[in-house]
Amino acid sequence: MGKRKTISYARYGYIFSIPFVITFLIFSLYPIFYTLVVGFTDLQGIAKTDFHFLKNPFQNFQFVLTSDTFKTSLANTAGMWICNFIPQLGMALLLTAWYTDRRMRIRGKGAFKVIVYLPNIITAATIAILFKSLFGYPMGPVNDFLNRIGKDSVYFLNNKMSTRAIVVFIQFWMWYGYTMVTLISAVIGIDPGIFEAAELDGANRWQQFWRITIPCIRPIMLFVLVTSMIGGLNMFDIPMLLNAGGPDSATMTVSLWIYNLAFTGKHQYNRAAAASMLVFTIILILSLILFYILRDKDEAKALKARKREAKERKMQEKLYGKAGF
Amino acid sequence: MAKSTLSLKQNNRVLQVIVYIVSIFLCFLSLIPFYIMFINATRSTEDIQAHAIALLPSIYAQRNWNVLTTKDFSVPVGFKNSLIISVGSTVLAIYFSTLTAYAISAYEWKLKRPFFKFIVGIMMIPGQITMVGFYQMIYKIHMVNQLWVLIVPSIAVPMTVFFMKQYMDASLSLEIVESARIDGAREFYTFNKIILPIMKPAIATQAIFSFVASWNNLFIPLVLLTDKTNYTLPIMTKLLNGDIYRVEHGTIYLALSLTAIPLIVIYLVLSKYIVEGVAMGSVKG
Repeated sequence: MGKRKTISYARYGYIFSIPFVITFLIFSLYPIFYTLVVGFTDLQGIAKTDFHFLKNPFQNFQFVLTSDTFKTSLANTAGMWICNFIPQLGMALLLTAWYTDRRMRIRGKGAFKVIVYLPNIITAATIAILFKSLFGYPMGPVNDFLNRIGKDSVYFLNNKMSTRAIVVFIQFWMWYGYTMVTLISAVIGIDPGIFEAAELDGANRWQQFWRITIPCIRPIMLFVLVTSMIGGLNMFDIPMLLNAGGPDSATMTVSLWIYNLAFTGKHQYNRAAAASMLVFTIILILSLILFYILRDKDEAKALKARKREAKERKMQEKLYGKAGF
Repeated sequence: MAKSTLSLKQNNRVLQVIVYIVSIFLCFLSLIPFYIMFINATRSTEDIQAHAIALLPSIYAQRNWNVLTTKDFSVPVGFKNSLIISVGSTVLAIYFSTLTAYAISAYEWKLKRPFFKFIVGIMMIPGQITMVGFYQMIYKIHMVNQLWVLIVPSIAVPMTVFFMKQYMDASLSLEIVESARIDGAREFYTFNKIILPIMKPAIATQAIFSFVASWNNLFIPLVLLTDKTNYTLPIMTKLLNGDIYRVEHGTIYLALSLTAIPLIVIYLVLSKYIVEGVAMGSVKG
């Protein structure tokens, strides 16, 4: 009867993980390998599934890396992401500093958060077409406004820079609320004792923000940075529906380029697969950074301690022999 | 001394006014596109072409609706498909993510730590990257245009597992599990009847996010659903870019409004949980 306590429940850990693992193997891992393999083949054409390996296995990768549109789309993706992320983080930090200020009472914070976060949950496809209509030419709401203040209509979506600016603005507009809410919760999580001590020492608002708040929320800022980077690399819905990556590939992103290669026109699955794998490599590197940020520090410490203990025990065993243990 | 505190107070007052002005401006910026969208949904194309901004709604919503329904854009079909996919994948994602998180959090097994590390590692791999292989696989087994293909992969969502595990570590006491065992409950029963109810707060927020993410997804449905009867709402909105709607401005705004209304309603009802959920999602760092 005393054996009851020693029943091992470990197998349930395995059993309960099975659905996840099987689904992951079929719907994620297998497609990753499939994509990788297709990258080395001649698989092209609508409704084609059979393929042959190429004589020069890296031909598709060479095509992608030397393609001007790929370079343009990579540059566009990076450029538009940076132009949206810097003001996004800046605005979020400013609002965070204001809304968490201990000496200033701001009313309606809750309502403000709810309103500026709203664009984030609306379908990106809807938002893209909405902005296309808002910037319509010759008579969209923005041009109506310009006309009313005595300016001529502008064909925004026919100009490279203004189309890019609209994409950047949409990204900023959709995401700064999210970043702000995230940062505010991080600041609320800081031990208030630190701020009280700083106040007693005579630190002003500016010093408190730069010397306490920023260092304390740095990990979460890094989290926001990396997740935003990966999201930015996959920018698809908005450039596609706003102006199909145009005008003249000005808002062509990597994702949109890959989609066009594989699922329109000549259906060049092989080249799209090669491009996907290159992007996958970039994302993998970013994920490793994220992994490093999110690693369980306490657990890592505990594991280290356990290993050290085991080592010490071994040493003692060596020293005193196994007898008596 | 008194003078300096006074100036500090005045300083605060000025800053406070600036904060209010900026906040009101940002609220305005967030709402105005939607306001124009809803107003123009009720206006005729002629009115919009004369002046695209109007403060008050008009009476042409019915006419715009008639134009919309005579063309390809079928709101009921899109709504039905979006709902099936979103509800299906949310239910699967929540149930199995909680189960997987429970496996990691509640049991001691050899591969538990490597497994969790693995989940964190694959968390950010987006579906878009593997789309060529995924499409080829689905095409080969003749499952293109099947809604379940978009639902079943939700059994393995690393992000949700991660958040569930974090929540469990913080708020689930294993003593409850122990006492259930003493009462003779089987492990699976314990999970369904005891653990799931305890996890309700985390389930609520994660369910909202899963639902919204799935509802808003464009890329994967766009590739896998090519038949009009299977279109989801985001794919339908893509139709609005077509030539048949070129001159139907009011109709476009109406269609966009219809795709946004369900989300806005959900958001207004659950905004507290959503904003809190964003905050909760990033606690770890």
